[in-house]
Amino acid sequence: MPTIASKGGQQLGQQHTITILVENRPGVLARVAGLFARRGYNVDSLAVSITEDPTMSRMTVVCTGDAYILDQITKQLSKLVDVVKVADYTDMPMMERELALIKVNAETPRRGEIMQLVEIFRASIIDISETTFTVEVTGDVEKISAFEQLLRPYGIRELVRTGRIALVRGARTAAQS
Amino acid sequence: MASSNPKKSSIQTYQTKGSSSARPRDDGKLVSGARALLLALKDQGCDVVFGIPGGVMLPAYDVLYDEGGLSHILVGHEQGAAHMADGYARATGKVGVCFSTSGPGATNLVTGICNAMMDSVPMVAITGQVRTTSLGKDAFQEADITGITLPITKHNYLVTDPTAIPRIIAEAFYIASSGRPGPVLVDIPMDIGLAQIESEKIEDVRIRSYNPDGIFNIDNIEMAARMIDEAERPVLYIGGGAISSGAYDQVTELARKTNIPVTNTLMGKGAFDETAELSLGMLGMHGTAYANMAVDQCDLLINIGARFDDRVTGKLDSWATGAKTIHIDIDPAEHGKVYIPDVSLIGDCKQVLNALIPLVKDRPRTAWNEQVDAWKTEFPLWYPTGQNEVLYPQHVCDELFKATDGEAIVATGVGQHQMWAAQFYRCKHPRSFVTSGGLGTMGFGLPAAIGAAVGVTDRPVWLVDGDGSFIMTNEELMPAVQHKIPVKIAIINNFCLGMVRQWQQMFYDQRLSAVDLSYQPDFVKLADAYGAVGIKVQKPSEVRAAIDEANSVTDRPVVIDFQVAPEENCLPMIPAGQTIQQMLVEKPR
Ligand SMILES: Cc1ncc(C[n+]2csc(CCOP(=O)(O)OP(=O)(O)O)c2C)c(N)n1
Repeated sequence: MPTIASKGGQQLGQQHTITILVENRPGVLARVAGLFARRGYNVDSLAVSITEDPTMSRMTVVCTGDAYILDQITKQLSKLVDVVKVADYTDMPMMERELALIKVNAETPRRGEIMQLVEIFRASIIDISETTFTVEVTGDVEKISAFEQLLRPYGIRELVRTGRIALVRGARTAAQS
Repeated sequence: MASSNPKKSSIQTYQTKGSSSARPRDDGKLVSGARALLLALKDQGCDVVFGIPGGVMLPAYDVLYDEGGLSHILVGHEQGAAHMADGYARATGKVGVCFSTSGPGATNLVTGICNAMMDSVPMVAITGQVRTTSLGKDAFQEADITGITLPITKHNYLVTDPTAIPRIIAEAFYIASSGRPGPVLVDIPMDIGLAQIESEKIEDVRIRSYNPDGIFNIDNIEMAARMIDEAERPVLYIGGGAISSGAYDQVTELARKTNIPVTNTLMGKGAFDETAELSLGMLGMHGTAYANMAVDQCDLLINIGARFDDRVTGKLDSWATGAKTIHIDIDPAEHGKVYIPDVSLIGDCKQVLNALIPLVKDRPRTAWNEQVDAWKTEFPLWYPTGQNEVLYPQHVCDELFKATDGEAIVATGVGQHQMWAAQFYRCKHPRSFVTSGGLGTMGFGLPAAIGAAVGVTDRPVWLVDGDGSFIMTNEELMPAVQHKIPVKIAIINNFCLGMVRQWQQMFYDQRLSAVDLSYQPDFVKLADAYGAVGIKVQKPSEVRAAIDEANSVTDRPVVIDFQVAPEENCLPMIPAGQTIQQMLVEKPR
């Protein structure tokens, strides 16, 4: 009996990291985002920037869900005329990083404690006001989440994360994968 | 101002990466962006466009005034222009082109573009746009048409650099017609059309990020051949992809070599001669009983360019339950979209079949062929005859088939008549059945038939339309009369929205809601008012004479108002989402 493909809808599943190389031109993000939206697929994080080749941008999309739907989305993405390359890094040896800026309450008596945390996490304080520190931290998702947890008791006023970026280990590049 | 000197343009420009090559035109003269557009269209082999002018499109229409070699058909409504381009493309295999102005002109194209997308039809839509300096400012007649058509085009462009026009037009044709075909929209702001540029001819298009032939994977072809050799009850299931690919000879060769019965989808009509002994005609919701029975009982289903559409399969997990599947399709995203096939062959149908056929053994007719033929005899398509006063809609389609010997191009609207036409008008040739399959667009028929007749002048073009469908786009009789396009229109007039009435009767407890069309105009008078020929037919005995009369008219459209038995329902039918066990079918009485 022929196997019926999944019925669709976002189900709990593995988290995927997808790298998309696209032409660096207006409207491409909307095309890519549209494909995720149409399948009701929520994006956990998205990072876009230009690459070593200024005519190309690189999108790193992190999302969780049904592998079948994701496979469909990847195939549809490959069909977009502006997409040069799509690669699912999920099962590849890769390095993932994220950067966060955190504005945290830093009243004088507690500044020392916070500075210690910053040191341990190899983060850095990039701005100081009378009542706050703004801290920059880089690392994998777990590290940033752990750091955030530890700062939380001091009162986080504002937090922004870049979304994950990823490269595969070794000499291989996305264009070759 | 941005448009005065493109070299110093402040507008962001972008260049597609690739290695397209261009040659300046000999005279080295500067031309307007609009003229560059028309020259580029002609370079692509386009000789006719369908459209309606308007403010921001005037630069292009001004060039049409003196630029020879390109005829323009002024339509009644832009939806008609899009469907004409679509019908032209389906009948000829060439790219169809339509023009509209910005705003409402562009949004009127939307249904037609979506229709072409769903049925993978190569089309280029050119829309005017407000000046680049007004973009995003809610200028008069501004609509974000590239945004609107994002999910319903294969690709689209907003041109912001006049010098890019030749390249973009070349790319648009290339994208529309290569790989899995589809519509491409090019939105051209007015100042871009007015800017002066050096005209160039694009000789070779390559796009780094688009490689339609890039994915060709037939690693499992030997396995597929073995499955075909070993199958006891195989069926070939042919879709529109076989037509886009031009794989008719290959499909025929494979069927002849192996004696495998062939069924086709609505879009696949004509890819394999439906009058041939091996043909089972169309399958699916209103397909023949024997095609559906064969699929139900088969042990191998060989899908060539079809997409397991829900109107074909009904309830998926009860469909073809005993079958292994081989799926041949150019679009990687179709593989595993609905069914995970046992063997996937990714590539152009024609190329894949050329590789497959030599690997497959000849096979004689078997008991399976006998079984299929027995079903054909037991459950034929039929309608009551011998009741001299009742005009059955199927009779009209059957008689049309006989009168034209299956050689006409037949377009349809959407509804019961479409299914009757598909059942009874057995296509001998590809590109002969022009119908809205994926989107099911009522009103598609008349403009599509006109487009087909503009593209193909050596075969009669018939439209089998519903009264409801005809009402949606009959304004296109105007250009048909103006250009002496001899389309023949058979309205299967049941004075209601028949297909909806059928569903309400069957599945909504006979509660007929909003389906009455008894206030329709007199179609004969309407035809007359347009300057077309109008004929009314109410009796079976008048059918053939009316068809023959229409076939003899060569200088204008003919509308035949076939007033048929209003209560007739379209059978066989497998109700939506159900299985062959629920198929409604009657044996001949
Ligand atoms: C644009 C559009 N609107 C509505 C529908 C829904 N619909 C499907 S069939 C049908 C009735 C078609 O009536 P008619 O053209 O008279 O054909 P018949 O079924 O009577 O042969 C309707 C309203 C549609 N397919 N397309």
